[in-house]
Amino acid sequence: MDPIRILRSRTVVMATTNIDTDQIIPARFLTTTTKEGLGAQLFADWRYDATGAPKPDFILNTPAAQGCQVLVAGRNVGCGSSREHAPWALVDFGFRAVISTEIADIFRNNSLKNGLLPVIVDAATHEWLLANPGAEVTIDLESRELGLPDGRKVVFPVEAFARFCLLNGTDEMGYLLGQGEAIAAYEALHGKQPTAATA
Amino acid sequence: MAKTMFEKVWETHEVVPESADTPAVLFIDLHLTHEVTSPQSFTLLREKGLPVRRRDLTFATMDHSTPTTTDQVFGGVPIKLASARGQVEQFARNCADFDVELLGLQDQKRGIVHIIGPEMGLTQPGKTIVCGDSHTSTHGAFGALAFGIGSTEVGHVFATQCLLQRKAKTMAVNVEGALAPGVSAKDVVLAIINHIGVSGGTGHVLEYRGSTIRAMSMEERMTVCNMSIEAGARAGMIEPDETTFAYLQGRERAPQGAAWDAALAAWRALATDAGARFDREVHIDATQIRPMVTYGTHPGMSIAIGDTVPVHAGDSVYAASLAYMGLQPGQAITDVLVNVVFVGSCTNGRLSDLEEVASVLRGRKVAHGVHMLIVPGSQQVKREAEARGLHEVFAAAGAEWRESGCSMCLGMNGDTVAKGQYCVSTSNRNFEGRQGVGSRTLLASPLTAAASAVTGRVTDPRSLLA
Ligand code: SF4
Repeated sequence: MDPIRILRSRTVVMATTNIDTDQIIPARFLTTTTKEGLGAQLFADWRYDATGAPKPDFILNTPAAQGCQVLVAGRNVGCGSSREHAPWALVDFGFRAVISTEIADIFRNNSLKNGLLPVIVDAATHEWLLANPGAEVTIDLESRELGLPDGRKVVFPVEAFARFCLLNGTDEMGYLLGQGEAIAAYEALHGKQPTAATA
Repeated sequence: MAKTMFEKVWETHEVVPESADTPAVLFIDLHLTHEVTSPQSFTLLREKGLPVRRRDLTFATMDHSTPTTTDQVFGGVPIKLASARGQVEQFARNCADFDVELLGLQDQKRGIVHIIGPEMGLTQPGKTIVCGDSHTSTHGAFGALAFGIGSTEVGHVFATQCLLQRKAKTMAVNVEGALAPGVSAKDVVLAIINHIGVSGGTGHVLEYRGSTIRAMSMEERMTVCNMSIEAGARAGMIEPDETTFAYLQGRERAPQGAAWDAALAAWRALATDAGARFDREVHIDATQIRPMVTYGTHPGMSIAIGDTVPVHAGDSVYAASLAYMGLQPGQAITDVLVNVVFVGSCTNGRLSDLEEVASVLRGRKVAHGVHMLIVPGSQQVKREAEARGLHEVFAAAGAEWRESGCSMCLGMNGDTVAKGQYCVSTSNRNFEGRQGVGSRTLLASPLTAAASAVTGRVTDPRSLLA
């Protein structure tokens, strides 16, 4: 995973509330066994017509959306399924951050593990962003600030350890593997050693 | 200090408590896995040269992309959908390579992961249970802390049997009063989601409490906990009691003999202490709940069947949702003509659900032009249903009876609803395209689904109950 410190990008706005993970990546694409290439199917049912041709009026198909790394979404984005295919598809398409007032728990967790920054903002900031698609914003993970074009800075919450991992481009697996002794001690203390039959 | 059940389970699973800088390292007692969200997790293990650390706590089944026709499951006919076939085959290889216990396609105990965990007695009070699936919340019906995780976390649990987690907030959902005849657990949970909202539970673990919940069977409690995630909560829990213990006693993987007695003592101590504080509390009057149905594109958009589609003038998102559904504000939901009825899923694919459906279908016919698909939640449910002759009731009514799996709940295996068609479904999600591109899903209870199949339109089951 590449470290993230500062993102500077124009925004893409999808104001719909409750954008669920079934929209981000429909179930029929989940038979894949890798993470790669899912960007082509991102928002497939909104993005393509019945013949598979891109719908010209869908935002991700417009020239303005090309190269944008920041998605501004309506309230409660990422609700529904735990499929990590949702952040995989967003990242594969080129997004590195999702901004909303509410971001569903599992999707937020999954995003943090894939270098996709979930940015939760207050209702007023959100409304401004929804009303100004294509705004040039800066997301500074170090200072936890979202910078708007008029110079305003909005602080957003981000879990300390996830931030550390994103800033340094490290993943959590290494940290967990480093807890081996504590895990073994816990198993011994609580009588949770492997059962003889299957160990 | 008085503690909630969630806090008790949490604290006994902290390998390392959380700090300002780091989340807790939480030990996982049971890791369930299936073919859709695990391939990339096994790849992660391979890349890092790691084994599955606790094979004895890891359990695999296949359910999401598996076929439901007997010829493809048992008849030696290859799985028709090539992408699904590839995934099922790769999963079997992964489980073999990493020596993970798998219920394969033809196994007599196979089924939807959230149905078979309880059925086998793997799901137990006080356990931490995870699965790469958001409806893992189902297992909370037993007083377990059970929640869905992503594939990266599946890899973490494979490798370390632990997860990095921040402690959630708690919300008490107090449900009081007796349910009216014809009103079921599904109606209760749809009413709860309607009350809390689809993001109301975000960041919280719900504890369902009160006389209504205590009076429910384990099957009904599972239906309620299953849909916790549809209120945004990763987990929902119910205090274990005699109903829980009676359900578990004697099940294959439940503790036996002296271990059972020890487990019982521990399980009885799990209940939330008197005076324990929840971060939030809501109250639901169950006596007022009527049979519910969804009319929109998320599970919070629901009404009682006698009511009309709400009017929200000037709300463009709402208007788009109704346009997708082909419905008008102010219209009676009973006007909707039904094309498909799906009975099944981890919400309502258990024996008691099928019995309710049979109680409506017995001596009646599925309306002309309605396709009714009944998919048991597991092979065991299938056998039990057939032992009671339910399959004959379904066949006589003109419904289709299949092998177990997720099937039309998410349409990954080819069982789909066609564009523009209305499907009354006992599953848990009515998102756009959930049951197939352009499909229109109306979530309801098994009784309502059966009644709607018989009349061909969305129907309050009470009109058909003797
Ligand atoms: S039945 Fe539906 S909700 Fe349940 S595990 Fe399967 S796909 Fe998910």
